[in-house]
Amino acid sequence: MKLKLLFTAIMFMVTSLGAQTINVCNSCDVTSLTRAISLAKPFDTVIVKKGTYKEHNIVIDKPLTLVGKNYPVIDGELKGEVITIISDSVTVDGLFIINVGTSYTEDYAAIRVKKSKHFTIQNLVLEKLFFGIYLEKSSYGKVYHNKIIGDAVEEYNSGNGIQLWYSHYVDIEHNFVEHVRDGIYLEFSDNCVIKNNVSAENLRYGLHFMFSNDDIYQDNTFENNGAGVAVMFSKKIKMLNNQFRENWGTASYGLLLKEINDAEIIGNTFEENTIGINLEGSNRITYKNNNFTNNGWAIKVRGACYTNHFVENNFLYNSFDISYNSKVNDNIFDKNYWSNYTGYDLDKDGIGDVPYRPVKLFSYIVNRTPETIILLRSLFIDIIDFSEKVSPVFTPDNLMDNNPQTKRITW
Amino acid sequence: MLKILKYSFFDLMRSRWSYVYFGFYLLLGVVLLFLNNDLSKAVITLMNVIIVLVPLIGTIFGVMYYYNSKEFTELLLAQPLKRSSIFLGQYLGVALSLSMSLILGLGIPFVFYGLFKSNAIWDFSLLLITGTFLTLIFTALAFNIALSNENKIKGFGYAILLWLFLAIIYDGIFLMTLIFFEDYPLDKLSLVGTMLNPIDLSRTLILLKLDISALLGYTGAIFKQFFGTSFGLVVSFVMLVIWVVLPVLRIMFKSKRKDF
Repeated sequence: MKLKLLFTAIMFMVTSLGAQTINVCNSCDVTSLTRAISLAKPFDTVIVKKGTYKEHNIVIDKPLTLVGKNYPVIDGELKGEVITIISDSVTVDGLFIINVGTSYTEDYAAIRVKKSKHFTIQNLVLEKLFFGIYLEKSSYGKVYHNKIIGDAVEEYNSGNGIQLWYSHYVDIEHNFVEHVRDGIYLEFSDNCVIKNNVSAENLRYGLHFMFSNDDIYQDNTFENNGAGVAVMFSKKIKMLNNQFRENWGTASYGLLLKEINDAEIIGNTFEENTIGINLEGSNRITYKNNNFTNNGWAIKVRGACYTNHFVENNFLYNSFDISYNSKVNDNIFDKNYWSNYTGYDLDKDGIGDVPYRPVKLFSYIVNRTPETIILLRSLFIDIIDFSEKVSPVFTPDNLMDNNPQTKRITW
Repeated sequence: MLKILKYSFFDLMRSRWSYVYFGFYLLLGVVLLFLNNDLSKAVITLMNVIIVLVPLIGTIFGVMYYYNSKEFTELLLAQPLKRSSIFLGQYLGVALSLSMSLILGLGIPFVFYGLFKSNAIWDFSLLLITGTFLTLIFTALAFNIALSNENKIKGFGYAILLWLFLAIIYDGIFLMTLIFFEDYPLDKLSLVGTMLNPIDLSRTLILLKLDISALLGYTGAIFKQFFGTSFGLVVSFVMLVIWVVLPVLRIMFKSKRKDF
C-alpha cells in the first residue's frame, strides 16, 4: 500500500514536471539521435545505449540531457560537425565521438556550443577530431572529465582540443588533452577556471590565452608541448600550482608571457624546459614560491618588463638562472634560493651575507652569439663570469638578490 | 710489454704520489657529498673539477715519471727488448694507476652514499669514463713532450703550457673567434672547434647529459642533430679514442728513432 502510494507520488511528480526519458538504441523505436531530439520535449532525458551511430550535424535546440550508456560511438564519418548545441541548459554526458570533418572555413568541432548558457559537457571521449569542444559566445558552463586524443601533425591544418571564444564563467576541470594543436585555447574569455587538467604532446601550446582576463588556472600539468602555456595580451590571470615539464626545443617555453599585466604566478614547478618562463612586455607580475629545476634558462627576460616581483622562489641547477638582454632593470629579486649561490652566512640567519647576481656575463654572450652555448661550463667562461660578478660591465648592475636564502625554501 | 707495464704499475702503486692522488679524490668526493646532500649537484661540481684537474695531474705526473725513471729506462734499453714495448709499458703503467686512483677515489664515497639506488649513476659513470679518457690522453701527451725534450725544465714548462692552453686559452680564442665571425653560420665551426680539444670534448660529452635542455635552445640543424640524437655521443667517443691513439702512435714512432 505504502509502496503504491509512493509510486503514484513519483509518477505525479514526473508527469507534473513533464520530464520524460527517451531511449535510443539500434533495436529501439528510436534509432537515431536526431530523431530522439526532435521527439523530445524540453527538459527530457535522451539515453543513448551502446552501439555505433553514424550521424553528423546533430543539433540540440532545446534544454535536454543527452546521456550515453557504456560509451556509445557517434561516428561523424568525416562529414562535418557532430553535435551543435544552440539551447541553454543542455547536458551531454558519456559519448564517444569520432571522425569529425575537417574544414578550414567552418572549423568543425566534435561538440560546439553556440550562444547558450548553463551547459554541462562531461565524460566524453573524442578521437580523430578537428576541433574538440568549441564554446562560442557561451557562458556559465562546465566542461568536466573529457578525454581528447587528436592526431595532429602540422599546426596549420589541425584544430584545438577545447576552444573558448567570447565565453565567460566556464569551468574546465579534469580533462585530458593530447596531440592537438592547442590543448585548451581561450580567446576573449573572462573569468574562467581551468583546473586539474593534463595537456601533453600538443603541437603548439598546452594552454593558450588571448585577450582573456581574470582567469584562473591551477593544478594543471603541461608536458612535452611545443610550448607549455602561452599567455598573451591578457590581464589579471592567476597561475597557481601548475607543472610545466619537458618542453624542449628551439622555441620551447614552459610558460610564455607576452603583454601580460597584473598576473600572479605562484607555486608552480618548471622542470627541464629549454626556457622556464619567457617574458616580454609583461608588467606588475608576482612570482612567488615557484620551483625552477634543471631548465636551460629558468627565466628569460626579453624587454619592456617592469615592476615584476620575484620573491621566494627556488632556482635549482638551471644552466642559466636569469637572462637579460638589456642593461636596465626595474624588476625586484628578493629572498630567493639560488643553487648557484656561493656566498656565506656568518650570522647564521639563513640569509646570505653577499648579494647574489643571477645574470651572468655568459648569458649575455649567448644572447649575442648563440653558438657560444657550446662553451657552457668551461673554465674560461667561469673566469670571465667571475670577473663580471666582481665589477659588472655588461649586465645590469642593480640586478641582484640582496637576501639570497642559504637553504631551499619550503612552503 | 706486459711485464714492464706490471713493473711500472706496481712501482707507482707503492709510491707516495698515487696515494696522495687517491686520497685527494676520496676527500673531494666525501666533502662534496657531505656539503651538498645531493648526488646530481655533486656530479656537476665534480665535472668542473675533473675536466680541469685530471689533465693537469696527468701531464705533470707523466712528465715527472718519465724523467724520474730515465736511468731505469736506459738500463732496459740495453736489454734485448722492443723499444715500443718499453715505452708503451711505462705509459700504460702510469695512465692505468692514475685512472685507478681516480675511479676508486671518487667511486668509493659515491657508492657508500647510495649511488646504485640513485638515477645519477649514468651521469656518474660517464664522468668516470671521461676522466679515464682524459688521463689516457694527457699522460700520452706528457710522454710525447718528455720524449722530445731532454731538458727537464723545458719539458715541465711545455707540459704546463700545454695544460694551460687546452684548459683555458683555447676556450678564450675559441670564444673570440665565434664572436668575431658572428655574422656567419657558425654551428659547424663550433662543433669542429670542440672536437679539436680533448678537454672541450669531454665537457661537451658531460653537457649532453646535464644541460641538454639549454643546448637545444639554439636554432641550427647541425646542432640539433648533434645534441638531439645519440649521434653526438657516438662522435664524441670516437674523437676521444682518436685523441688517445694519435699521441700513443707518436710515442712509438718517436721512441724508435730517438738517440739515448
